[in-house]
Amino acid sequence: MTEAFFDKKDYKPLDRVDGRLKVTGTARYSAEYALPNMAYAVLVGSSIAKGTIKSIDSKAAERAPGVLAVISHLNAIKVPGYQPKGEHPSEPSTQGQPLRVFFDNKIVSNDQPIVAVVATSFEKARHAATLVKIQYHKEEHQTNLEANSEKAVLPASGKKNPKSPTADYDRGQKDAFESAAVKFEAEYVLPTEVHNPMELQAITAHWEADDKLTVYDKVQGTKMTQKNFAKEWNIPEANVKCIATFVGGAFGNGLHNWPHETAAIIAAKQVKRPVKLVLTREQMFTMVGYRPRTWQKIQIGASKDGKLVAINHQSIGQTSSYEEFTESTLQQTRMMYASPNVSTRYRILPLNVATPIWMRGPGEATGAFALESAMDEVAHAIGMDPVDFRLLNYTESDPDKNMPWSTKYLRECYEEGKKRIGWENRKLKPGLVRDGEWLVGYGMGTGTFGANRNSATVHAALDREGNLVMHCAITDIGPGTGTAMVQIASNTTGISTGNITFHLGSSEFPNAGLQGGSSTVNSVGPAVLAACNALKEQLITMAAAKGNTAFSSAKPDDLMIDNNELQLGGKSSKTTLGDLFKQNNMEKIETTNESKPDENRNKYSMNAFSMHFAKVHVHPFTGQVQVKKIVCCADAGTIVSPKTAASQMIGGATGGIGMALTEDAVMDHRFGRYVTKDFADYHVPVNADVPEIDVYFVNKPDLLADPVGSKGLGEIAIIGVAPAIGNAVFNATGKRIRELPITPDKLI
Amino acid sequence: MIQFQYERAATTKAAINGLANSTHAKFIAGGTNLVDLMKRNVMAPTKLVDINRVPLKDIQQLNGKISIGALALNSQVADHPLILEKHPLLSQALNAGASAQIRNMATVGGNMMQRTRCPYFYDTALPCNKREPGSGCGALEGVNRMHAIFGTSEQCIAVHPSDMCIALVALDASVIVAGPKGERRIPFEEFHRLPGNQPEKDNVLQNNEMIISVEIPDNELSKNAHYFKVRDRASYAFALVSVAAALTMDGKVIRDARLAMGGVAHKPWRLREAERSLAGKTVSEETFRQAAEIAMQGAKAFKYNAFKLKLGPNVIVEALKNAAGLV
Repeated sequence: MTEAFFDKKDYKPLDRVDGRLKVTGTARYSAEYALPNMAYAVLVGSSIAKGTIKSIDSKAAERAPGVLAVISHLNAIKVPGYQPKGEHPSEPSTQGQPLRVFFDNKIVSNDQPIVAVVATSFEKARHAATLVKIQYHKEEHQTNLEANSEKAVLPASGKKNPKSPTADYDRGQKDAFESAAVKFEAEYVLPTEVHNPMELQAITAHWEADDKLTVYDKVQGTKMTQKNFAKEWNIPEANVKCIATFVGGAFGNGLHNWPHETAAIIAAKQVKRPVKLVLTREQMFTMVGYRPRTWQKIQIGASKDGKLVAINHQSIGQTSSYEEFTESTLQQTRMMYASPNVSTRYRILPLNVATPIWMRGPGEATGAFALESAMDEVAHAIGMDPVDFRLLNYTESDPDKNMPWSTKYLRECYEEGKKRIGWENRKLKPGLVRDGEWLVGYGMGTGTFGANRNSATVHAALDREGNLVMHCAITDIGPGTGTAMVQIASNTTGISTGNITFHLGSSEFPNAGLQGGSSTVNSVGPAVLAACNALKEQLITMAAAKGNTAFSSAKPDDLMIDNNELQLGGKSSKTTLGDLFKQNNMEKIETTNESKPDENRNKYSMNAFSMHFAKVHVHPFTGQVQVKKIVCCADAGTIVSPKTAASQMIGGATGGIGMALTEDAVMDHRFGRYVTKDFADYHVPVNADVPEIDVYFVNKPDLLADPVGSKGLGEIAIIGVAPAIGNAVFNATGKRIRELPITPDKLI
Repeated sequence: MIQFQYERAATTKAAINGLANSTHAKFIAGGTNLVDLMKRNVMAPTKLVDINRVPLKDIQQLNGKISIGALALNSQVADHPLILEKHPLLSQALNAGASAQIRNMATVGGNMMQRTRCPYFYDTALPCNKREPGSGCGALEGVNRMHAIFGTSEQCIAVHPSDMCIALVALDASVIVAGPKGERRIPFEEFHRLPGNQPEKDNVLQNNEMIISVEIPDNELSKNAHYFKVRDRASYAFALVSVAAALTMDGKVIRDARLAMGGVAHKPWRLREAERSLAGKTVSEETFRQAAEIAMQGAKAFKYNAFKLKLGPNVIVEALKNAAGLV
């Protein structure tokens, strides 16, 4: 594949292929499957954070109208995959053992699911759930990260493998910071944040036979789910079907199979009916992961003229007492800037809380808050423009992996972003710019994330009318996967987007990994490309075999289909699909193609980059912050779906506003219970908080990363936004808030 | 949600009768708060009397006052020409509350009756004297960032959540309520109560009474009125601190001042001393700053809400500056 291929036809903005289904309510989500004889389960969570269950009084609940079963560890059927001492069969393998719901009487976190009430209607189940009385033997719990930080540990992955991203890392000299001319040191805290997609986690579990399970499940991986439940129930993978055709947002909380899913499956087995289970909004805070509260300390040493000498970065993130959750909080500190000396120390702290899970941008977004804030603080300390400071320490190769970048167009992002935000209006000294009573500030933050790629397989079929239908197991949690794949297929074949369908979200379809880690277009896109080229090859062979000599030496790249007519090198071949299929006596042609990462991954460091600029107003007396404008510039390789990609950036920036200014899952440590656990108290940004978000894509293909040239977008959309806003607040006020969110009380 | 009786009433009398013989009966109108509380098992009425058909939606000019029916919707009141013209403070306060969707459902009476948003009240696994008298106050030594700084008791430090009520108390409104023995009038300032030893009681409405209307006496405050609300996000969040300020001016001299605060007490908090200090003064930031100091006398903070001692006076000054046209 050459760069010229992409010049043939630009990727144009296209409305979402499933947009109409979504806005008309026709798209069916996991909670919307109505199966015959379906029952409804409601979960009761523990009200203590640590201890054991003394007793469960379920008599009143059992007697309540419509109740089919009250299930707990006392009467749950044995799950074959729950081995008393073995590992719970879950993937991806967080070290440790995922919670085995209804397995024993142990309480390991507050609101841990301990009882499922199953009834003939949701309302009846919900009412009966309030009648269950549970008594506990309470034990002392620890939920406070800062109060227990000395108990933080190196994760098992880092202990076992010194090359692991979680392992201790030293480049250059460990004590270089001490001798730097300019020394800066600060601590930063990111509170627990909760994914809170609009759609609540939901599953409808159906045992179609004793050993045949179908789940309609809100997940980010249908194959992962199929594998996990096959292992858990000791049945062949082929007997487990996972359907997730539509997912109403997830931001990472569908990357793990959670106890509520197993609870529904147990319930369905036990009452011998399909069972639907939908979490409440409050349960979304405790049962399906979150971004862990993380403490960080950074030391940056520089010369007086702004050359970096050393960066030392340590972090402690919380995890549960039963699973080691890790994320790449410190990765970009190792590779973002040309510092000869870098040390990172990553630690996790097991607490009596539920297990976290990657939340958009995951650790990189957490780490970027500290790194990019600290870079801003150092630039201020030496009196340099923060963009100039970064450019001075720009690195043309990956100093961590010691490899060249596959592509890196971050300079273009800096330049374009400065223009668009009006950077020339920024004053070096904070607190000098006003608009009426309001203080005005400008800030920026950089983001980066690995251009991940997994193997993926796509099945494609082309019929004589020119309809192209593709299938792949990948899910779409909202970025517009179907739209992007249709655009890749249309650009590859020439077939108009209206005649292309991309079916996804079922474990019955060809293999794909998780929709996570910004990897979908980079992984599935190349499989679509491969399948389309394979179809074109078949067409060429068919045409050549029928004596059309023009086709005998043609290559897939030469062939395009325009209105069912086959064109070679842009010229009509006077052959239509209809004719060709008729001549060959065929209704359709089909192909299944796998595409996987290649050896370039061993030679180049592959990363997407982003640069976020923010302009804010801060009220000096009331501490209110208004974000007036955000500019997001992304070097994400080829942008195959400009419209949905821009939407994805806007969504990421909005998440960044939440991270910077509003989101905070506050726990009362006396009880180990959250006190902000609904949309009234846990503040996600609303329209009134979100200004114009201006998106710019460099849009240059990275063909070393993958044949589509895409580097991924989902994570870099949010990584760097929060520090950009925090830096802008500092520029406006001279106040540096190192514990997010930046609420009015911290600024007065 | 427990099983409950549901009936509809079409007249005030039928509605009040509907409450008879049932100590756990509640009216339901917009349901924007009660239904949430029922879903969370915080409130469990055995009977709901739907009063949406009772004809109490009128907003009208009477002799020397405006009367607002208890079932007028928050959005109707906020957008009503009479309110916009005569009591823009009320309109601003209403629009500062909740979301457009909720304002389209919520009624004036329901807004007055909404319960505190204290998280300990909402979570049945945590102690709360308001929800369960005698269980203790979770907020007193807990996460009390949103909580009261005025009029607290050892039993309860929750705040009243309404924005509308802050404007109504500043406007000297009255509440007309009806019971089995007829109607009575309650000054708005006396409608909500402080927690004292009975935090379970939010207001002075009796179990068998119904709010009929709210009356606002005519005034000369409409030209210099401002509702200033500081919250954790720009819309759909409860106040950290809010201030309703209105002035009657003679040139630059203040003849009459009205000030009330939200987010600081178990009831809408009228600042009468500060009001008196402003009468006869020439408008200036310094004057406002002095009034704000007076307003904050007696305030007492807890572990996480000390910022309100500083934010409170700042918001008073900002609200007054806006009301006086100094901004």
